[in-house]
Amino acid sequence: MSGGSYYVPPTSKWPVLGSLAVGVMMVGTGMVLVHGRGILIMSVGLIAVLAVMALWFRDVVVESRQGLYDAQMDRSFRQGMGWFIFSEVMFFAAFFGTLFYIRTFALPWLDGEGAKGVAALLWPDFVASWPLMSPPDPSIAGPAQTFSPWQLPLVNTLILVASSITLTVAHEGLKEGRRDATRNWLFATLVLAVTFIVIQGVEYYEAYTYYGITLDAGIYGATFFLLTGFHGIHVIIGATILAVMLVRVLRGHFSSDSHFGFEASCWYWHFVDVVWIGLFLFVYVF
Amino acid sequence: MAPKLPPHHPVEQSTSATAGGQASVHHAPPPGILRWLLTTNHKEIGSLYLIFSLIMFFIGGIFALVVRAELFQPGMQLVNPEFFNQMTTMHGLIMVFAAVMPAFTGLANWMIPLQIGAPDMALPRLNNFSFWLLPVAFLLLLSTLLMPGGGPNFGWTFYAPLSTTYAPPSTTFFILSLHIAGISSILGAINIIATIINMRAPGMRMMDMPLFCWTWLITAFLLIAVMPVLAGVITMMLMDINFGTHFFNAAGGGDPVLFQHLFWFFGHPEVYIMILPAFGIVSAIIPTFARKPLFGYASMVYATAAIAILSFFVWAHHMFVVGLPLAAELFFMYTTMLIAVPTGVKVFNWITTLFRGSITFEPPMLFALAFVVLFTIGGFSGVMLAIAPADFQYHDTYFVVAHFHYVLVPGAVFAIMAGVYYWLPKWTGHYPNVKLAQWHFWLSVVGVNLTFFPMHFAGLAGMPRRIPDYALQFADFNLVSSLGAFMFGASQLVFVAVVILCVRGGERAPAKAWEGATDLEWSVPSPAPLHTFETPPTFRRHDAADLPAP
Repeated sequence: MSGGSYYVPPTSKWPVLGSLAVGVMMVGTGMVLVHGRGILIMSVGLIAVLAVMALWFRDVVVESRQGLYDAQMDRSFRQGMGWFIFSEVMFFAAFFGTLFYIRTFALPWLDGEGAKGVAALLWPDFVASWPLMSPPDPSIAGPAQTFSPWQLPLVNTLILVASSITLTVAHEGLKEGRRDATRNWLFATLVLAVTFIVIQGVEYYEAYTYYGITLDAGIYGATFFLLTGFHGIHVIIGATILAVMLVRVLRGHFSSDSHFGFEASCWYWHFVDVVWIGLFLFVYVF
Repeated sequence: MAPKLPPHHPVEQSTSATAGGQASVHHAPPPGILRWLLTTNHKEIGSLYLIFSLIMFFIGGIFALVVRAELFQPGMQLVNPEFFNQMTTMHGLIMVFAAVMPAFTGLANWMIPLQIGAPDMALPRLNNFSFWLLPVAFLLLLSTLLMPGGGPNFGWTFYAPLSTTYAPPSTTFFILSLHIAGISSILGAINIIATIINMRAPGMRMMDMPLFCWTWLITAFLLIAVMPVLAGVITMMLMDINFGTHFFNAAGGGDPVLFQHLFWFFGHPEVYIMILPAFGIVSAIIPTFARKPLFGYASMVYATAAIAILSFFVWAHHMFVVGLPLAAELFFMYTTMLIAVPTGVKVFNWITTLFRGSITFEPPMLFALAFVVLFTIGGFSGVMLAIAPADFQYHDTYFVVAHFHYVLVPGAVFAIMAGVYYWLPKWTGHYPNVKLAQWHFWLSVVGVNLTFFPMHFAGLAGMPRRIPDYALQFADFNLVSSLGAFMFGASQLVFVAVVILCVRGGERAPAKAWEGATDLEWSVPSPAPLHTFETPPTFRRHDAADLPAP
């Protein structure tokens, strides 16, 4: 516990501006989706959200470098980041739960299995399989073929695992005060992250162009893009955070014993990595 | 009626807190509205939450009165069925997400730092962000009522495919507004956990915390665990509506029942999110006015945790008639009935606290006692609904409406009002007007029971929920319910009057406004100055010698 040095910031304009920006972004998004116009509003909102985040975090960085934060504040940040990542875990848990439920219960029931197999009355010719190549309603085209896990997905798995290792090496370097090592290994991590994103982009292109895996290709395409898509968004966010960390390392922001910003981004990156392992196993391999 | 603080009462020594408010370096708050827009102060943000919640309580209440006015007589009178559906839906959404949840968050903001001796919430700017997301979210949600095709009309549970294939175009905006509210809840919950874990005064162990802090800690955990699941399921709805996916459409290999599983995996913990903080408030008020320490403090903590853990394993009891395998029906029936055990522990502990206490009936105590009795009625009807074969009869009838309104109105809402009456002296420095508060209480109690008790009978006789017309045999019950609803709604105006009068003046309250109160918040002046506990107090546990003689 602190001796009364806990920093309570004075007024800040970022929270209320951030709320407004989120509102503009959401109204714009809704207009684009419902009315097919409003791109400008959505973009202004998104840019405003990003700008507010940047300025808000800049305030935090400045306060931290002014030495306003004590050990108790550091623990508050750790709690905050840890529970934020837990909320992300639960977000993905909903999507993995969807995948498991569809594969374990919904499709076999549609095929007539068990006491709930009366669902087979809807489409008597339906045959359950996973990956589901032929959705129950014949008018919905399923995927033409699915990815082999041992090609690009395996490459991407190795890349992400490697990036977690390089990031850990960078962190160790920071803790030992070897700033050059931190910079180089962090840069390597960022290169791996961008490579992953590019490969994922290639895979999406192939999915749509050659494999017939699309959002509307029945439940396989839906779950495929739900899981890999939200993971991909999180990789992009994580890579952005790491890029900011690289800039901060270059500016000499961190010390060997005080660098929670860096550590939090490591936590986030490892979380993204672990989610991918789950994806690799349950979306691609099994 | 408000008890005066006796001089040199021994209980005053139970905590040796440094009273806050010492003149230190504080910038003057910005003028006018900017003060409220830019604030990082937990008390100001707490007030914002409470005022927002009260406004939304009236908006949601007006929607409910539209429903009750239509149901006053059989036949179609006032509104068309489409609008009736929008009213039931919006009433539920507003009351759950914009009235009850923000009210508890407001109380948490105000009281948790005061109860644990912290200078503020752990992350004050994030706190303000959490609040200001709410007006944005609910302006967007309310605006859907004016959109072509109307607002959400599929019930607050928004089951697919009603909310996807057959939904009005505004549903996309509904989803986005719920996303904003969800972000607000998650960030608020993170802040509360960080505050409770990290900001307690030196010497205060977890098991020394007031129960309101414990129940909120566990509630915050539930929020962080299930609000993301809600975000996930509404995202899948958004994709089904706009991007051609088939998550909730069997034609593509999806399953509408999957929606219900995901929704209720969020929804059942959500129910406890709306009642656990209420348990905490009642556990503060009953010992204060019974002038006895809470009976079974540790068992209260463990019971709260047990309820929270069990809440992850009961969700499908909302889905008994959807076509679950028999094993699932049995599993969810038994886990649901198991929840009655820790809940029973709580009720018995409150009653045992009252046993041989020196009880007085100040306004907070009136509401807390009504809570214990009426919430328990809702709990018992919950056990009835938990029995799967019986639920086949009750499902989607007014019996369910009666059940959850008993736990939410004389449960959650009464506890919030009890908390407001209990802490108003701390917030404003004045006691609430006792006569008016008593009028508010008795009108509310009578109104609430007139409204919801007949619904049990209407439901058991087979009246379905969410239908604007009904068969003649239900006419008498519905007439009584509608009269009660208007009585309850009107009596809340008395509450507003009490609050406004109390802010403006009234009998002065000392620091320790209630004779039997022992928690740390009663060691700072009334009204609590803007900044308290900037230097952490040294917390000393109450021991037997500190307690008032029986």
